[in-house]
Amino acid sequence: MLRFILTRISLVVPTFIGILLLSFMLIRLVPGDPIEVRFGERGIAPERLAQLRAEMGLDQPLYVQFLDYLGHVARGDLGVSISTKNPVLTEFLALFPATVELGLCAMIFAIVFGLPAGVFAAVKRGSVFDHALMSTSLTGFSMPIFWWGLLLILLFSVQLGWTPVSGRLAALYYIEPTTGFMLIDSLLSDEKGAFLSALRHLILPTVVLGTIPLAVVARMTRSSMLEVLNEDYIRTARAKGLSSFRVIGIHGLRNAMIPVVTVIGLQVGSLLGGAILTESIFAWPGVASWLIEAINRRDYPVLQGGVLLVASLVMLVNLAVDVLYGMLNPRIRR
Amino acid sequence: MPALLEIRGLTVEFTTSRGILRAVDRVDMDVAEGEVLGVVGESGSGKSVSMLALMGLLGSNAKLTADRLAFAGTDLLTLTPRQRRKLVGKDVAMIFQEPTTSLNPCFTVGFQIVEALKEHMGGTRKWRRDRAVELLNLVGIPDPGARLNAFPHQLSGGMNQRVMIAMAIACQPRLLIADEPTTALDVTIQAQILELLTRLQRQHNMAMVLITHDMAVVSETAQRVQVMYAGQLVETRSADDLFSRPRHPYTAALLSSLPEHAERRARLATIPGLVPGIGDRPVGCLFSPRCAHANDRCRAERPDLYRDPEGLARCFYPLDDSGRPEGVAA
Amino acid sequence: MSEAAATPTPQTEPVSAPLTPAREVWLHFRQNKGAMIGMYFIIALVIVAILADLLAPHSPIVQYREALLVPPVFQDGGSWRFILGTDDIGRDILSRLIHGARLSIIIGFIVVFLSLGFGVVLGLSAAFARGTVEILIMRLMDIMLALPSLLLAIVIVAILGPGLFNAMIAVSIVSLPHFTRLARASAMSELTREYVSSARIAGAGTLRLMFRTVLPNCMAPLIVQATLGFSNAILDAAALGFLGLGAQPPTPEWGTMLAGSLQYVQRAWWVVTFPGLAILLTVLAFNLMGDGLRDALDPKLKR
Repeated sequence: MLRFILTRISLVVPTFIGILLLSFMLIRLVPGDPIEVRFGERGIAPERLAQLRAEMGLDQPLYVQFLDYLGHVARGDLGVSISTKNPVLTEFLALFPATVELGLCAMIFAIVFGLPAGVFAAVKRGSVFDHALMSTSLTGFSMPIFWWGLLLILLFSVQLGWTPVSGRLAALYYIEPTTGFMLIDSLLSDEKGAFLSALRHLILPTVVLGTIPLAVVARMTRSSMLEVLNEDYIRTARAKGLSSFRVIGIHGLRNAMIPVVTVIGLQVGSLLGGAILTESIFAWPGVASWLIEAINRRDYPVLQGGVLLVASLVMLVNLAVDVLYGMLNPRIRR
Repeated sequence: MPALLEIRGLTVEFTTSRGILRAVDRVDMDVAEGEVLGVVGESGSGKSVSMLALMGLLGSNAKLTADRLAFAGTDLLTLTPRQRRKLVGKDVAMIFQEPTTSLNPCFTVGFQIVEALKEHMGGTRKWRRDRAVELLNLVGIPDPGARLNAFPHQLSGGMNQRVMIAMAIACQPRLLIADEPTTALDVTIQAQILELLTRLQRQHNMAMVLITHDMAVVSETAQRVQVMYAGQLVETRSADDLFSRPRHPYTAALLSSLPEHAERRARLATIPGLVPGIGDRPVGCLFSPRCAHANDRCRAERPDLYRDPEGLARCFYPLDDSGRPEGVAA
Repeated sequence: MSEAAATPTPQTEPVSAPLTPAREVWLHFRQNKGAMIGMYFIIALVIVAILADLLAPHSPIVQYREALLVPPVFQDGGSWRFILGTDDIGRDILSRLIHGARLSIIIGFIVVFLSLGFGVVLGLSAAFARGTVEILIMRLMDIMLALPSLLLAIVIVAILGPGLFNAMIAVSIVSLPHFTRLARASAMSELTREYVSSARIAGAGTLRLMFRTVLPNCMAPLIVQATLGFSNAILDAAALGFLGLGAQPPTPEWGTMLAGSLQYVQRAWWVVTFPGLAILLTVLAFNLMGDGLRDALDPKLKR
């Protein structure tokens, strides 16, 4: 098992170097000089430009600049935001819990509804439920989620007035961040009603962000379960006289879970992509909307640092899923 | 002899995209307490399907009808699924062709044996574990205590088949159905497994239905043999009679394709052609396209099962003791 | 047929004739109701896209100053002049949707053309060259997959600058890894087949082997991926448009039409609803057809 994990980690190293290279090249690919871009339309005197270039090491050969960049990254120095002058890492860490909270809730939503629905559809293959689930999930899979968010706001916030339109918490509460997760922080605080307010703010974004993973999980569970139900060992389990619940819920699901876990892991990447849209619709103060703002403000250090952090994160999650896959599948575990 | 298993007119049909496939066609079968019945036929002859039907293991695209399907006097056709599950896995157990894929790859061998015990026997956790060790010992697995924690992929095919057997006999069944138990195994292992099965069968006075396409396997173990072809029963009689004086040309052909029946230095006999599938079932006798003795009547009419002094054969012109068709001018 | 009756055939129960592969795929596809609906929808959409200038009642960019936020015809205050209503600066929504169909089809086509083309070349090169070339190509694809595709597309647009053309380039680059991986995987499995060895022995050059011998046999999964790639392209381009990074106003791109529409949620639901519905239906149609094609082409699922 340890060897399996070490092999997986060693496979990730070249990818990580590639990600470092990509984030390093990012600023240099932007048309124009990074410093000129920073000063924008105000312009800059040529002597001052040369001085700044020397200060930032931009007159050095590219590989020296890259090594320099690696040194900074290793020390946790991802540069300073041009617009706020705060360190990029500090800003990222402050906003990250909001994105994680949203992403986790969306994933839980997707699994809690997708998994049982997929299993049931597989068992009742060809039934009305199966057809309905397949059509619904394909629709969910095809959903432009930015529009889906608008539609839900139109219905639940505007027409029915059930849920708030934006943000994480009603303005009348103030919660000092301790964990950064609003649901937990509001429970820990003395403010009555803050938790409910946080929950109400979370519902629509969760549904919007969770829709595509929900569709994917349901479809994957169904097809994986259908395959497993045809296996010989399912026949053996039934030949033992076990109840259908045990045959499907223990012998079937345990095997069907293996590819589903992989798919859930792969969803984390697209979940972060979806978070960009969801956060921008619901004015959710997370990492994704921070990156979009950085692009609009041409704040390249933020973009560079953010890309590096997000890509590393996705890479780590994929690594974790790989290891989990190995633990779930005894044929790989050695 | 009171019949332990009694099957009359069992028919199984599958709905496929190309039409309805009749996999089992009005098959009768009796198995007495403690008897070993061999069921022989090529793949697609319906021998496995009829036993899966008995166990209630057919998929939802299968339609089962029977005049009577009874085990130890209990009518299986009227049982609720719950009542049937009390019987299946306890009094009737089954082992399969591919031992390695028939065991769940995600659970240890011990878990899978204990599970069967827990379902039908109850008992304490300790008792079940001890019983599992005892069972592994019984089927000849060395170091059974440690093997309980092994996963199927860590064991060889022969070992896995032993585990399957241990699991099947866990609740001391009165009937064991062995569906091609040795086909997927190495030749040396095949003999060991057959020996194990016959030993266990004798020790526990357990009835056994041995399904195989291999006449040699049957000759060593079975007391009585049923030959199936294209879903139909074509011949049934005691093993001795069948091997010395086959009445149906198909049985005779199967026997002559055995290496030990071949003349020295002669070419091994083969049966030309294939078992008819969904689209090419003949109008007449199902074996007629491949039968060396078939005439116009065989190609136009389907024969019934005809009784002779020793058994039954589905042929208009059963072979006599010298192996020639009766009633046909030579 | 009459000749067949004359020749004596063995007496068997009636049976249907065996089918050619293409016909079998079509018969299988045709049975899939969803896939057929998707296909008909796409055909209709292509016709609309081609005839947009004739079908649209108004110009997509003309602003009717006297008719701002007019509701659709079936609601009070609506009129047949603007069947689906007008937007905040008085443009006819139906006409914009019709012209948007043309844009979406073009986006899908160009993106799939680029990513399929480059993906096949890269994937086949990796499969044939092995060694360093393969490692380099596949590692690059891994890195691209490590970033959320929408984020990568946004970064590319940030570098190239916003606009419809750059958005298409970005989406093409983002979809490249899927095609490359698929092309490589199918080529690798074909390379082990006998017919490739015999073609090689017969003296076929590498290029001929790649594109004439192996590629045609890898087409089935690539066709499916191309169909699904269409829906991805339309969806991603619309998302970029929504974020203000894709097609710029007044281009009647569906996603761009939704950008900033949040403020009309309370006053004019039609501004929000119709463009998104157009995106959903189009993406759904391509996904339905892609699913149907996959089922029809995948011999494993055939019963």
